Amino acid sequence: MDVMPKWAEVILVPFISLLLAAFISGLVVFAIADVPDTAITMMDRIGARLDFVWGAAKLMVNGALGSTYGWGYTLYYATNFMFTGLAVAIAFHARLFNIGGEGQAMLGGLGVAIACLYIPWPHWSVALIGAAAMAGLFGAVWAAIPAWLQVKRGSHIVITTIMFNFIAASLLNYLLVNLMRPKGSMDPATAHFREATNLPTLHDLLAPFGIAFSKSAPANVSLLVAIAACFALWLLIWRTRLGFEIRSYGESESGAKYAGISPFKITMIAMIISGALAGMMAINNVMGEAERLVLNATEGAGFIGIAVALMGRSHPLGVFIAAILFGFLYQGGAELALWTSIPRELIVVIQALVILFTGALDNMVRMPLERMFLALRRNKAAGAN
Amino acid sequence: MANQAPAIELKGISKAFGPVQANKDISIRVMPGTIHGIIGENGAGKSTLMSILYGFYKADAGEIFIGGKKANITDSQAAIASGIGMVFQHFKLVENFTVLENIILGAEDGGLLKPSLAKARRTLIELANDYGLNVEPDALVQDIGVGMQQRVEILKALYRQADILILDEPTGVLTPAEADQLFRILGRLRSEGKTIILITHKLREIMETTDTVSVMRRGEMTATVKTSETSPAELAELMVGRKVLLRVDKKPATPGDVVLDVKNLKVKDEKGVERLRGIDLRVRAGEIVGIAGVAGNGQSELLEVLGGYQDGTGELLLNGQPLDLSGRHSDGQSRRARGVAHVPEDRQREGLIMNFHAWENTAFGYHHDASYQKNAMLMDNAAIKADTAEKMERFDVRPPDPNLAAKNFSGGNQQKIVLAREIERNPDLLLIGQPTRGVDIGAIEFIHQQIVALRDQGKAILLVSVELEEILALSDRIAVMFDGQVMGERMPDQTDEKELGLLMAGITDTANAHSVDEIEENLAHAGGDAGKEV
Repeated sequence: MDVMPKWAEVILVPFISLLLAAFISGLVVFAIADVPDTAITMMDRIGARLDFVWGAAKLMVNGALGSTYGWGYTLYYATNFMFTGLAVAIAFHARLFNIGGEGQAMLGGLGVAIACLYIPWPHWSVALIGAAAMAGLFGAVWAAIPAWLQVKRGSHIVITTIMFNFIAASLLNYLLVNLMRPKGSMDPATAHFREATNLPTLHDLLAPFGIAFSKSAPANVSLLVAIAACFALWLLIWRTRLGFEIRSYGESESGAKYAGISPFKITMIAMIISGALAGMMAINNVMGEAERLVLNATEGAGFIGIAVALMGRSHPLGVFIAAILFGFLYQGGAELALWTSIPRELIVVIQALVILFTGALDNMVRMPLERMFLALRRNKAAGAN
Repeated sequence: MANQAPAIELKGISKAFGPVQANKDISIRVMPGTIHGIIGENGAGKSTLMSILYGFYKADAGEIFIGGKKANITDSQAAIASGIGMVFQHFKLVENFTVLENIILGAEDGGLLKPSLAKARRTLIELANDYGLNVEPDALVQDIGVGMQQRVEILKALYRQADILILDEPTGVLTPAEADQLFRILGRLRSEGKTIILITHKLREIMETTDTVSVMRRGEMTATVKTSETSPAELAELMVGRKVLLRVDKKPATPGDVVLDVKNLKVKDEKGVERLRGIDLRVRAGEIVGIAGVAGNGQSELLEVLGGYQDGTGELLLNGQPLDLSGRHSDGQSRRARGVAHVPEDRQREGLIMNFHAWENTAFGYHHDASYQKNAMLMDNAAIKADTAEKMERFDVRPPDPNLAAKNFSGGNQQKIVLAREIERNPDLLLIGQPTRGVDIGAIEFIHQQIVALRDQGKAILLVSVELEEILALSDRIAVMFDGQVMGERMPDQTDEKELGLLMAGITDTANAHSVDEIEENLAHAGGDAGKEV
């Protein structure tokens, strides 16, 4: 019997975890707050610090959600995290821990760059399909190698995917510095992509409907692709035979073998899908935003994907929500760093607290809640008798 | 004797796990120098009760008295200090330590091992003389037989000065001869004044060895009786709460054509050890062939290779057509497509995905079935649920809810879900391993009836079980496996447990008398990992 009702499981537990993370973050900001010299008494100083915390919180919310400009950045980051979060989630369903989202997304960027630079696309829509396919292909290949090494050679996928992140970084470094950099440029980056491959931003997409959206925000049509990917993955996991086999294998390898589900096949397929999703992130950051391939284009989004998948319980809808939350933290954090004396590093602390509470300390919130619901149920049963 | 304090007395013990009341107001008195049996179906609360006594769980209510004094058992250290020793169903021994090292493990005196080992060696000799518990102190545990390993567990408890020994399902991995030996040792311990609590689900063991017996049902103690004043039928009724058939009702078999023909089948494990060393076996339509043997002698590998998830060499024919033993067409899907259904030995590890709903488990292995698909892409979950509901009703699965996760059903009902899935496929050959392990008596009756009914429809059935009684009751022909080979075939009405027991120990010359030591010796050298959990 499930101890908690489903709504408590999927909404209440993460919500309380978030509140706790926010509270601890508030304490940290409280501790490092700027106190004006005019505050002399104890009460004044505490009051000033509380004001500072409140101001910081307001700044974060306003900066990320207060304007279409803020939303544009929040959703741009969220798009990245949706792709990498889904990538980690599908691998989790096969009980594979793909830490290589970062490297796969880098390779995806390479795929996008090659597609956009060397193929004369007639229209952005065709270019998007072609670039997404290339990004997926490159990411998939990069994930398939560790998968193959795990099934055939017994090298653990956690170790190999981490190492493949470094290999990917070095490979891109080499390619950008030595091969893909335009002649005469000092910048380790490719040339700008042609105009025909530039993706429409949310501003362009919403204008025909009469909705005003910030022109300079980077959120673009890739967001819709990411949302479609969430839905497609949900169908795949819960409604298809392949998803059934992936989940079976993830739940019990011995059971999967008994049922005639090949561990080799499932490991390969799950990792290929995972790598392809991580790679497809590049249509957002490389094709949609930078419009050229720069060094370290992924900016750690591959790792955030792990947190997003953990918080979203590997469910595509959960990943969608968690990705937006992390997009908010990213954008709000950037605003904090820009406008206050709070250092950039502290933003990482806040993000880490969110990951800690929603991912690692999950049981801390879950167990007391379970006990509470159990007691409630018992009281009800006792009342009924 | 009458006014002597009981060795153990439990008063009003209750324990709940969440909404489940595992023990409810349980009271027993066990007098010193007696063997007290506790029987009950799986999930009746026997293990919970013993875990409370051994300090693993804390009771919600109730008191424990040891030797007349109230005891506060907070952990296993406290239990050991009050003289309680526990022999678990699955031994807790370090395989690559010697017997002596295992005995002092956790009971060393001081930081240096040498004095402890010397003391243990002296104690061991005394114990061997007192109770007839002979072991080789310097042998590695992995090199000795299962019966010996169990003896080491008993010695561990005695070394810690246990006066009360609790044995949890001690005969599960023993041959009948080894079990007899164990009961002789227990008898000797009793006559030396030790108190023994024997937890088992085997009525025969209770009847033969205990002085008093308590029956548990659904967390409650339903009765405590003198063993001499009861009968197996009465105990079974007390356990289940209604009258049960202890024998399987079946007509004589009318075997038809050979369905499964196994020729010189060999299997090597990952380490290259030969687990099956040339099996020849035939199963005909309309007959049940039972494979008897001590766990770990190749029965699991036989089921795995026939079920399609273990590679082998040799020849395999189904209805005269060859089945692949390795490569692409040797997997579980291909086997199912050819009409081989398989109820695996371990339903929790293989037969079911415990976190999946019942309906997902009904599709498990048959998820490519055309009637389960909505279109080329998507599965038809509604159709699977409807099919599951029907199967649950036909097999009396309780509760009949397709949306309940497999882990939330009792052992018997889980097994019924697997059986329904496999039997309802109308297979030519049914492989079935340990069909009633961890299944309550009421469900055993039902499962046995289903197996016999399938046979009567003219299907071939290969049954593997470590329960000799089950093999004798169900089989139309019995093959005994030992160390990866078939030692011989017998007809159930022309053999008995003693003869099968000798074959299970690898002794084919069953006409002459053999000592237990000889059997032990044979088992220890079998090379097979007889103690491994299956």
